[in-house]
Amino acid sequence: MQTAISVEKIRDDFPILKRKVRNDKQLVYFDNAATAQKPIQVINAISDFYTNHNSNIHRAVHALAEEATEAYEVTRDKVAQFLNIKDRQEIIFVRGTTEAINLVAYTWGRQNVKEGDIIVTTEYEHHSNIVPWQLLTQEKGAKLEYIGVNDDGELLLDQLDTYLATGKVKLVAISQMSNVLGTITDMPAVMQKCKKAGVKVLVDGAQSVPHMKVDLSSLGCDFFAFSAHKMLGPTGVGILWVRKEILEKMAPFHGGGDMIREVHKYETTWNDLPYKFEAGTPNIADVIGFSAALDYLSNLGMDFVRNHEIEITKYALEKMSAIKGLKIYGTKDISKRGGVISFNFADIHPHDLATIIDEEGVAIRSGHHCAQVLMERLDVAATSRASFYIYNTKEEVDVLIKSLEKAARLFKL
Amino acid sequence: MSSNADIYHEMIVEYSRHPSNFGKIENPDVTYHDSNPLCGDSIDIFMNINDNKVSDIKFHGRGCAICMACSSVMTEIVKGKTIDDVKKIQKDDILGELGLQNLQAVRIKCALLSLKVLKYAIYTYLANHLNDTNADALKQEASALY
Repeated sequence: MQTAISVEKIRDDFPILKRKVRNDKQLVYFDNAATAQKPIQVINAISDFYTNHNSNIHRAVHALAEEATEAYEVTRDKVAQFLNIKDRQEIIFVRGTTEAINLVAYTWGRQNVKEGDIIVTTEYEHHSNIVPWQLLTQEKGAKLEYIGVNDDGELLLDQLDTYLATGKVKLVAISQMSNVLGTITDMPAVMQKCKKAGVKVLVDGAQSVPHMKVDLSSLGCDFFAFSAHKMLGPTGVGILWVRKEILEKMAPFHGGGDMIREVHKYETTWNDLPYKFEAGTPNIADVIGFSAALDYLSNLGMDFVRNHEIEITKYALEKMSAIKGLKIYGTKDISKRGGVISFNFADIHPHDLATIIDEEGVAIRSGHHCAQVLMERLDVAATSRASFYIYNTKEEVDVLIKSLEKAARLFKL
Repeated sequence: MSSNADIYHEMIVEYSRHPSNFGKIENPDVTYHDSNPLCGDSIDIFMNINDNKVSDIKFHGRGCAICMACSSVMTEIVKGKTIDDVKKIQKDDILGELGLQNLQAVRIKCALLSLKVLKYAIYTYLANHLNDTNADALKQEASALY
């Protein structure tokens, strides 16, 4: 089968996957929703930058500065191409999804949200798409409302209609894929409702962009945020995309170098977009590393990525469902679910389970996954989570299943 | 190096399902609460103190097997001891009871949360009831546990 051959080749590009952990066990990395591993192409790009091209960007005229600036800016073009963004000036480099959302809350939010306004988010958001809105609504005397989640882990979108009907909603801030349940949000439905009501939409794409084709020209939202490190890129790089007519009216976030046109003693004029929002020396080397990650995923094609994850997730869901006492959260409908499986195993605490599984070399996540609002909704303190990516195999899933059986033995289930 | 999964022996699993001295005391002489924000383990302890002795102790809350087992052992050790003896309890007294001396770093906070809560509780009691000026040392010990 062609797929199997491709995955073997992919694995060769990831040096870390050859590692042994604990008692000489082959590493099985199932914590991809937290961060993805890096292919050698990304590692080499970063190393090549520091070895051969290191310089600051946008200012000096010397050769190194020109090379560094070029490589940094080419990444912006690749981001545009990857997400079908028509205007590169709408793309802002930030530290990650968290900074991107905070930037919107502090600039657009402070300028536009007033007392009595409503910001709508959902019960399955990451803390990074909840806390900035809590800070903003508390400061402004506005209200934060939540779209609930049903027992299948899907959003109760009727509640959005109720909120929109008040005429007070200023923004809907919503994740395109839940980092705990893997639920893929029905964005066309959300956008249709919000467009009709004339309400702006911010999309947290941290979990969706690494795993499926996302087209910002057709999605229709106003703000979009995601991180490089969950899609084979380095940590410390994220993207904020903002529709230009909104971005043009947004006040600066950080003041400092590179974001200015002219600085006088008591006044300053701003640089053009997107530089107005990129104060200070950015994370040049890692942006250039991200460039290699975008190339890697583009070469594979996002349809391959999604199909591979569907195959692995289906297999894992099937095997895990057969284990007595194991409860899987979220929808069983694979067309609505990404490569994320959150679960609890009988009365074993997720931290105990993660320790036992780790002993077999399998890295899963345990805890609240920065989604305590959802944990409350599910009425659990924590869950275990296995999350997959392009390099994971069915054989690795079998190792997980075996380690779950071992946990069952130790806990006498 | 011993295997980390070895920590899940019979005693730990048994304590996790049937913890000792689990529950609450109405109107206790001293109570204290703390939690580990990253993993969500959360412990309350309640003590009655008579004649300078811990006449009763209970703990309540939720946590992993390591946390529940260590909390159980802690209460068993403390019950009936004088405050002076309780002050002397060290982490190895609890870890040793359960064979957890080599517990990996990321799990040590699970094991020592209840001891931390105990030390803060005794500190609170001494500071409030006995005006003990040496109580601060206990507070420092508690915050230095992990």
